[in-house]
Amino acid sequence: MDIRAQLSMSFHMDKCIGCHTCSVSCKNVWTSRRGAEYMWWNNVETKPGAGYPLTWEDQERYRGGWEVSGGSLRLKLLKGPGKIRTLANIFFQPNLPTVDDYYEPFTYDYQNLFNAPAGDDQPTARPKSLITGEFMEKIVLGPNWDDDMAGSPLYAANDPNLKGLSESQKEMLTKFHKLFFFYLPRICNHCLNPACVASCPSGAIYKRGEDGIVLIDQDTCRAWRFCVSACPYKKPYYNWANGKSEKCIFCYPRTETGQPNACAHACTGRIRFVGALLYDADRIEDVAKTPDDRLVEAMREIVLDPNDPRVIEEARKAGIDENWLRAAQQSPAYNLFKKWRIAMPNHPEFRTVPMNFYIPPLSPILHNAKAENGGTFDPESTEFFNEIDKMRIPVRFLANMLSAGNEQVVLESLKKQMAVRIYIRQKRVGDIGDSKAKSVLSSVGLTPQDAEDIYRLTSLGTFQERFVIPETHREHMTTVDPRTMYEKRGSVGFGPKKKEFLGRTW
Amino acid sequence: MDKVLFGAMPYVLIFTAIVGAIWRFKSNAYTWSSQSSQFLENKTLFFGSFPWHYGIITILLGHIFGIFFPSAILAWNGAPVRLYILELTALSCGFLALFGLLALIYRRLTNSRVKALTSSWDVLILIVLLIQVVTGVLNATMYRWGSNWYAGAAVPWIWSILKLNPNVDYVATLPLITKVHIFNALIFIGFIPFSRLAHFVVLNPYKYLVRPYQVVRWYKRTPQTENIVQYK
Repeated sequence: MDIRAQLSMSFHMDKCIGCHTCSVSCKNVWTSRRGAEYMWWNNVETKPGAGYPLTWEDQERYRGGWEVSGGSLRLKLLKGPGKIRTLANIFFQPNLPTVDDYYEPFTYDYQNLFNAPAGDDQPTARPKSLITGEFMEKIVLGPNWDDDMAGSPLYAANDPNLKGLSESQKEMLTKFHKLFFFYLPRICNHCLNPACVASCPSGAIYKRGEDGIVLIDQDTCRAWRFCVSACPYKKPYYNWANGKSEKCIFCYPRTETGQPNACAHACTGRIRFVGALLYDADRIEDVAKTPDDRLVEAMREIVLDPNDPRVIEEARKAGIDENWLRAAQQSPAYNLFKKWRIAMPNHPEFRTVPMNFYIPPLSPILHNAKAENGGTFDPESTEFFNEIDKMRIPVRFLANMLSAGNEQVVLESLKKQMAVRIYIRQKRVGDIGDSKAKSVLSSVGLTPQDAEDIYRLTSLGTFQERFVIPETHREHMTTVDPRTMYEKRGSVGFGPKKKEFLGRTW
Repeated sequence: MDKVLFGAMPYVLIFTAIVGAIWRFKSNAYTWSSQSSQFLENKTLFFGSFPWHYGIITILLGHIFGIFFPSAILAWNGAPVRLYILELTALSCGFLALFGLLALIYRRLTNSRVKALTSSWDVLILIVLLIQVVTGVLNATMYRWGSNWYAGAAVPWIWSILKLNPNVDYVATLPLITKVHIFNALIFIGFIPFSRLAHFVVLNPYKYLVRPYQVVRWYKRTPQTENIVQYK
């Protein structure tokens, strides 16, 4: 057993209102620079939708993630000759997205509003490319181009998660009374089996042993860009101006001091939870090789119970600090993902063993759920439970997105969330009946205490309950690497060291 | 004149390359990058980058092979058929590289995104590379058989330089185009550390074939046993 610690973020999708406050705080802190304008280390997508970059979930096109081939785990990118293919394609990568798959960064010519000579027409601020500085005839793509489905199913119809849905289920894209969408906030998953790390010819990307954050050593990065192609979530980005790759750094300068990430801290809907997990690094490969239908289960197994005395003992032996153990024991990530089993990873079938978890959204039950039996829909009905497969968002769609197609995993989470609602409704309103509420709970395997805890964390959770982030012991680190943070800039994921020489910045 | 160009300048430029590379790596490794622009434009690049790199790398390896095993080349060239095979392979690689280079130059001149990112170093390098490839191809076509006198004249000169006993006589009588080719190669070496040519000297990708997929860096444990990248 090789116990390691991992920081993990969870998202309560029901509560995400798609306001993009997370994206904006992230952008302000990290990517408001030349070459990084198009990067959104944190972005929020409307689902169904094409996403950012366009159809990133389509691995037939991008060949991101891993595949099991002949019993061993292999990067999808390396089909055929294997690692040699990386070197053979180093001059030109067939699967690399270009800036047009994200969007050409632009600004507006605001000065014209002030400086335009007097004339008959109102002056306009024309869009200007931030790459070339030239005027753009037309903006064809932008961040959140298909936000809220952009008023048409044109983009949403490209969502790769729609595969396997029946025609009547796909009507949710076009029929107003069936229409539904929800938001998918995304940051780097800081995977246990990261494809970006595995694909980097320079060995520049690494996973930090202490907290599992995946960083790019930009002093070692040589702009081969394989991380961009190999990551199935398209979360490493290529800085076209500096010629270095960059990615979400999990705001480690904040988490190391116990503060939540900028995106999580700023979230107005309080949908985000950050906590520590303990896992067994010896089993990563086995988990990543698990067949699709058991993937989520295998991921839950690799996460260890932080209250198990044997785990605690092993963790201490592995050098995990006491404050990390305490944090793991109170971790919202552990509770949501493993204890209550209501959160699940995004696209586990990419086999990178992602470490961010999503609580799938409940959605209104389709009007025709009752109408097809001749009656009208009764919102007071306590039979919600039996109608769960009539929810507007098809379970199939959620399963394609969150559980490698295993609908049971999604149904379990939806039923549990519904059971908690029924239980709390009985407590607050009292119109359901105590025994019925309790039997609903036990039928999904929750105790009343669990229900109280889930309710507490997801509805009322305070700052300290949502963010249980142990401080990192930097004092240990200096024994190995005596450089200060300033000196290490460039090798820890952000920021060039600027040098002036001969009037040029090198 | 020959003494300066082929006796002294090699030392100046090689020294510049080594000191410059160390200086740049130590002072700011962040800028050490291939500066790929595939992200901005990838259609023309395909026709430029692939032929260029495969062509030029083959030729370069041939040159390097010749430095170390000149007698092997002369022996191989003993039979005319083998000589033709070698010369034709080298020439076709030269044309491949030339085609790729022209495509890359065309791309840099016409694509507005790539143009916006082009620095004066990039222009300089493209000129140096173009001169190098054109003179190389001209050498191969005009003064046959290049592979023979490369092994016979240029290689001894290179060794005289490396042995710190420069003997300019080896190259003094070569035709002008060949001299341009040789001197331009020295300029190329001198430019390496200051431009995107730096990516030419990275040795990292070769490690990729032997290292495990995953890289973990620990701050606490001893770097010797746990880290792939060792701290200074």
